[in-house]
Amino acid sequence: MKPLTREAIAARLAQDIDDGWHVNLGIGMPEQVANFLPEGRDILLHSENGILGMGPTPPEGEEDESLVNAGKKPITMLSGASIFDHAMSFGIIRGGHLELCCLGGYQVAQNGDLANWSRDNDDPIASVGGAMDLAVGAQRIWVIMQHNSKDGAARLLETCDMPLTGMGCVKRVYTDLAVIDVTKDGFLVTEMIDGMTAEELQARTGAKLRFADGCGTMPDLTKAA
Amino acid sequence: MLDRRCETIEVALDGIQDGASIMVSGFGDAGRPNYLLKGMIDKGVKDLHVISNNAGNGFTGLAMLFRLGMISKLTCSFPRGDLGAEITRWVREGSLTVEVNPQGTMAERIRAAGCGIPAFYTPTAYGTKLAEGKETREFNGVGYVLETALHADYALVHADKADRWGNLTYKNLSRNFSPLMAMAADVSIIEADEIVELGALEPNTIVTPGVCVNRLIQCRPVAENEWGVAA
Repeated sequence: MKPLTREAIAARLAQDIDDGWHVNLGIGMPEQVANFLPEGRDILLHSENGILGMGPTPPEGEEDESLVNAGKKPITMLSGASIFDHAMSFGIIRGGHLELCCLGGYQVAQNGDLANWSRDNDDPIASVGGAMDLAVGAQRIWVIMQHNSKDGAARLLETCDMPLTGMGCVKRVYTDLAVIDVTKDGFLVTEMIDGMTAEELQARTGAKLRFADGCGTMPDLTKAA
Repeated sequence: MLDRRCETIEVALDGIQDGASIMVSGFGDAGRPNYLLKGMIDKGVKDLHVISNNAGNGFTGLAMLFRLGMISKLTCSFPRGDLGAEITRWVREGSLTVEVNPQGTMAERIRAAGCGIPAFYTPTAYGTKLAEGKETREFNGVGYVLETALHADYALVHADKADRWGNLTYKNLSRNFSPLMAMAADVSIIEADEIVELGALEPNTIVTPGVCVNRLIQCRPVAENEWGVAA
């Protein structure tokens, strides 16, 4: 059994983005999703600093200081892109106009609570950026993260003990081990990686898991490619 | 004759005193009013309350105002950056106060101030520690947080093109907070890359109408070595 790489988790998530969706990809692991968007679908990427229709990283030497993403990295504009100010950008977010926001996570609780902005309650400069607006605003929040922390601690929990980003907002979690829906009855596993057992996944998780009928294999699409 | 152009940067920044609240446009380096920030350093005011999304990076722009001890309070959404360790230290030492707002809440607070709205309810941050101590209310079963308008004495804003009436356009993602801040301060001071003749800006493309602008100055790039070296 081999946990998926960060790229492979992103590639798996990207398959579930529908044609025509407007999508915000959070800073960190979610940014990878942009590299695996399925061909033939019009998927418009939103960045909270004021663009819909964000394009890929420009070739070296062609960066423009006025074209950066939320992580301040250089971007390009696709044909059909639009530019707007910050109030409009967050109006688009809070107003429920984005079909999807994909965020990184430190912890997700079985009721959909998300903690992803501050590991430490005493951090004097805990930096939230746009995470809290995205958490409450997008039509659905999917979290992409490692199933366990580096020291093996569970990150899917009954309740989060880190500061919350949003309450009850997460709809689905993609980890290096599984795809898990957040339902009104808690976590529901819909896919597991090859060789993973229900018992082991449960042992690595801090809340009760249910398993969907016909729970499938979570593929490594970076290998197939 | 209505002409908002200032001859010199000293005139553009006239009247800014110690203790003033100052909005600074920009997201990262995009839309940062570096020429006006350099003018602020030369002016040497202190005890400023700066309202800006980020704290700046390196030894240029807004970061230099921090390093020179000109700022006593920062309202922002993301203080972390390469100045993060210093900002943490200044907060612990008590020389700097940092107020962190969710980014969209901060943008809307600034927009509200410019639009005559004293406060508004937002779902953002409900149930989190950034809503602690704030009034909350339920509408249709959903929790909201009451946030107040965020106003400033001055706004320092970067624009792409301007005319003498103060009509403004912006380049790409340099727009970000600029149109909001231009409206939300008692005195908005705009640096523009290019000041054009009246009528040269196509009316349909003007983002900020001149009525929101008080002072205008032609800017130039500030070279790395002009910022001086921090102690």
